[in-house]
Amino acid sequence: MSELRPQDVGSLGRRIVGTAGTTVVIALAYLFIFLPVVVLVLFSFHDGRVPVPPFQGPTLDWYKMILGDDRLMSATGHSVGIGLASAFLSTLLGFLAAFGLARHAVPGAGFLRWFLVLPLTVSYLIIGIGLLIALSYTGLPKSLLAVMIGHVVINLPLAFAICFSQLGGHQVVYERAARDLGASEGQVLMRITVPMMWPALFASFCLCFNFSWDEFVIAFFLSNFDVTLPVEIWSMLRTGLNPMINAAGTLVFLLSLISFLAFEILIFGKRARHGRTAPEA
Amino acid sequence: MSSLNETHGDAERLAARRDAVRGIGFLSPATLWTMAFFVAPLVVMVSYSFFTKRGTGVDTALSLANYEHFAVREVLWGSLFNSLEITLWTTGISILLAYPFAYVLAFRVPERWRRLCLVLAILPFWTSYIVRSYAWLLVLSPTGVVNQSLLWIGLIDEPVRLAYSRIATVMGFVHFFTMLLTLTIYANLVQLNPRYRLAAADLGASGWQSFYYVLLPLSIPGIVVGAFTTFVICIGDYIMPQILGGNRELVLPQAIFFQVSRNADLPLASAMSVILMLVVAVAYLASARWLRMDRL
Repeated sequence: MSELRPQDVGSLGRRIVGTAGTTVVIALAYLFIFLPVVVLVLFSFHDGRVPVPPFQGPTLDWYKMILGDDRLMSATGHSVGIGLASAFLSTLLGFLAAFGLARHAVPGAGFLRWFLVLPLTVSYLIIGIGLLIALSYTGLPKSLLAVMIGHVVINLPLAFAICFSQLGGHQVVYERAARDLGASEGQVLMRITVPMMWPALFASFCLCFNFSWDEFVIAFFLSNFDVTLPVEIWSMLRTGLNPMINAAGTLVFLLSLISFLAFEILIFGKRARHGRTAPEA
Repeated sequence: MSSLNETHGDAERLAARRDAVRGIGFLSPATLWTMAFFVAPLVVMVSYSFFTKRGTGVDTALSLANYEHFAVREVLWGSLFNSLEITLWTTGISILLAYPFAYVLAFRVPERWRRLCLVLAILPFWTSYIVRSYAWLLVLSPTGVVNQSLLWIGLIDEPVRLAYSRIATVMGFVHFFTMLLTLTIYANLVQLNPRYRLAAADLGASGWQSFYYVLLPLSIPGIVVGAFTTFVICIGDYIMPQILGGNRELVLPQAIFFQVSRNADLPLASAMSVILMLVVAVAYLASARWLRMDRL
């Protein structure tokens, strides 16, 4: 980047003011952004019944309590299962659709692209109610399977968009070479495209898992007795402020963080290897 | 197209058709899934909005009763106005907070720190949405961090009512969407050609003038993309207003949720959902120029 920035030409005085201004903006922004997270995590170690200042402790009691809570643990199990299944399906369908659009001349391609990302503009609440009404209309029961189907609906557009943006021109050469050497369409896909695309596929999987893991409204409407973790946390909220929720929230944050960091390292690590020539999203 | 076919002949045409068929084959699972589990339920929902609730079932005679009901009852149409008000405040404040932050990240932070700063800026994004709303409740409660700090400094004598109010809802939303808007505005700012600003400086523009007349107009697309996303998510969100706003001034999603979970009035909930979708559609048309969703 040979970019000339204002501070390069400014006088020393302006530079100092500019640096101070920069520091202030950044400090205030991070204070605001991290305030709730810090309070959440800190008071999960709070040795008292209500998570408000002054802080007492630390204690790990609340973590012991949630790890021993059967309902919470089974809800966690359901959430992980639904998250994995819906992330896998979203990524699979999204990738296939992106491949079809990027590598084949399909009539109405522009419309299909628009159509596949359309669910992004509709509130989860409406998607949830739509599926609920469809269940009541067809007489099918509420179930975790229905929740999983709903989560694929909301995640498919994301998976498709990620895969489509990463299906750049640099793989086409290898695909063509493989075809010239007699590979079938399936072989090209499995031996060339998928291995080259796997960081994007994994990133899409992580992101979809995260959105499913966090989703509440659809899970609330479509589940019956077996619920997911956000629904269980929601029912805990009715008891008011409680350090147990802090502890559960901190663990949920930790898991999301791990999958986010995996996503970040893969996407950014890939860009760094390809330098600045990586295709723009 | 026809002249192309004439010169290329049957073999080429056959290859093109086979290519299209293969492409459609790859596209069909995703398309069918979206049709079956997104479009079809919405179609059923729209038709339900013209039915009426009768007992535990529905009366399938078509009527506009639900829409009339919505227009007449203040608690229902009022919720739409509450939603619009909260959403517009949220969007406006978030832009005002996110822009300077994105600007500093894009132009003032040394390049090697930029990635880290950006990752840190969106880290709380990955806390669970419900948990984050709850965390704001902790911060804003009468005995929470904000009130305790203000009491300690001596700015106030008794705790201010922050939680369970519209202020709390907006605050929780602003937190979430400042992170989101910082991303979209930042993404737009870093891809601008720095030569525009150099040219402005060469032509004698002051720092402020080059910002106002050059940089700001160029960053409108990033702002609009973020603002539209904010609008769509914010106006459709149930969780934040329910946890932070309480039950006094309902927003539209809360009113819809109430019709489903308490009244089991699916037709009325459908009609209100249709209204919510129409509001989003209007917002989309208003910002379509900058969005270009079909091009991703």
